[in-house]
Amino acid sequence: MSIDKNQVKKVAKLSRISLDDSKLDSLSKDLDSILNFVKELNKVDTNKIKPLSSIVDKKLEPRVDKINDGQIKKEILKNSPDKNEDFFIVPKVVE
Amino acid sequence: MSDFNKKSLSEFVNLIKSKKTSSLEITNHFINNIKQSKKLNSFITTCFDQAIKSAKEFDSKKNSSGLLAGVPLAIKDLFCTKNIRTTAGSKILENFIPTYESTVTNNLWSEGAILLGKLNCDEFAMGSSNETSYFGNTINPVGKDLVPGGSSGGSASALAANLTPATIGTDTGGSIRQPASFTGTVGLKPTYGLCSRWGIVAFASSLDQAGPMTKNVEDCALLLEAMSGYDEKDSTSINKKKENYSTNLNEKIKGLKIGIPKEYRIENMPQEIDNLWKKGIDILKKSGAKIVDISLPHTKYALPTYYIVAPAEASSNLARYDGVKYGYRSKKGKNLIEMYENTRGEGFGDEVKRRVLIGTYVLSSGYYDAYYLKAQRVRQLIKNDFDQCFKEVDAILTPSTPSSAFKIGEKTNDPISMYLNDIFTVPVNLAGIPAISIPAGHDKKGYPLGLQLISRALNEQKILNIALAMEKNISFKQSLDRWWE
Repeated sequence: MSIDKNQVKKVAKLSRISLDDSKLDSLSKDLDSILNFVKELNKVDTNKIKPLSSIVDKKLEPRVDKINDGQIKKEILKNSPDKNEDFFIVPKVVE
Repeated sequence: MSDFNKKSLSEFVNLIKSKKTSSLEITNHFINNIKQSKKLNSFITTCFDQAIKSAKEFDSKKNSSGLLAGVPLAIKDLFCTKNIRTTAGSKILENFIPTYESTVTNNLWSEGAILLGKLNCDEFAMGSSNETSYFGNTINPVGKDLVPGGSSGGSASALAANLTPATIGTDTGGSIRQPASFTGTVGLKPTYGLCSRWGIVAFASSLDQAGPMTKNVEDCALLLEAMSGYDEKDSTSINKKKENYSTNLNEKIKGLKIGIPKEYRIENMPQEIDNLWKKGIDILKKSGAKIVDISLPHTKYALPTYYIVAPAEASSNLARYDGVKYGYRSKKGKNLIEMYENTRGEGFGDEVKRRVLIGTYVLSSGYYDAYYLKAQRVRQLIKNDFDQCFKEVDAILTPSTPSSAFKIGEKTNDPISMYLNDIFTVPVNLAGIPAISIPAGHDKKGYPLGLQLISRALNEQKILNIALAMEKNISFKQSLDRWWE
């Protein structure tokens, strides 16, 4: 077994996803079977191999540091589920 | 105009340019087809009024230039479209209206195309059957109970049913090529970096690529030419001169070396797929190509590698859906953290949750080296396999999928059996190279099957040319009785 129910709960907490208790059994089973499936990679010898993180063989190009947007406050706030004047509104975080 | 249902994208462009037909006439034709296609559920959003207005504007212009002059197109609902709802097939973006346009769609409109609507897809492009969409599954026009494949399932369905003359999708592990194969259409996944990712809802950023889905290879070259190109807003965009794929398209493939990888002959592969592959090999031989047996030894590790890399990237990309800046917000929760958790718990579907959880797990302290770094090392080996083979061959021929379209609900209870659908398509994304799927025949049930051509980075022209030569010899025919109308 690669992952148990308590670990699934912990990962869900880290992922900021609330889980329905009634679905925990089947979800744990699914995640366990996926993790067992990917464990196949342990059979590959990768001792001298460097990890490949980007397939594009180029360095990030520097650009001139100038403002090319700006003045788009309205656009940025347009899709917010809760806003007040120029601010996003969130539940209270400081008592 | 039933005649319009037989026309290709290139033919529509020529009809409009030569003023034999107006953009409005063609746009109305597709709008009528779409109105009668509710059973297929291939659209999430339509924008008919805007399309008619744009078509009239186009027709009133004297100059009808542009690669896609006046042609209406529906596109996958993963591309952000300015002032038109963009959902990515998710509840969490159900009411999201972008204030900007993706670079790729902007390229299409600059070439004269007109937006018809936004096409259904698996939620955040995570799926191989279109069944993970919050907006319900799309039906394959090939059969009432069949999935169209995924994640660009709405795109494939709409194209095959003549609801759009061509379309664009995105391909992270096969999401263009597998649905193309399931619906008897052509789909191309370009080299990573050829088409800008700017403004496309992100899934796995090191794998995602947009590409054309069309009725034939000629259209595919045309649409790729229109949508591709350097974009400074995407840091992984390749800065090179734009190619003229459509004018350079030719079927001269004599003397080319085509590799046949033995590792793609998997256990339990249906005989029909093997026969189709042999048919493809014979056609290439007759066209003067040389067939070479090759080996891609790490092929069987591609899927496990993908199912670490893609969820890992997805888990960080999807962290942005927090219910604050845009998207759905839950009304439940006493504090900020609970609001986040409930928003994401209610807003994401089951498959998206599975992948975010797997991704978070493989990136978490204590597991990072064993899973994520290990997968990145194997990814290097998979890329090395292809690099080695392309020293010897010009292209590689494989089946596109291990089966034809399956039934709705057939694989929803077992994630692994769903993942196995992408066994032939995933290696290409890991290596960042281009591949095309073309329809090549039918199985005994009468469902279409595809063959895949793969080549080295930026060699799109070569696979398009080989595909064109094969298309002429295969003479694939598909007649659907429009049962959905």
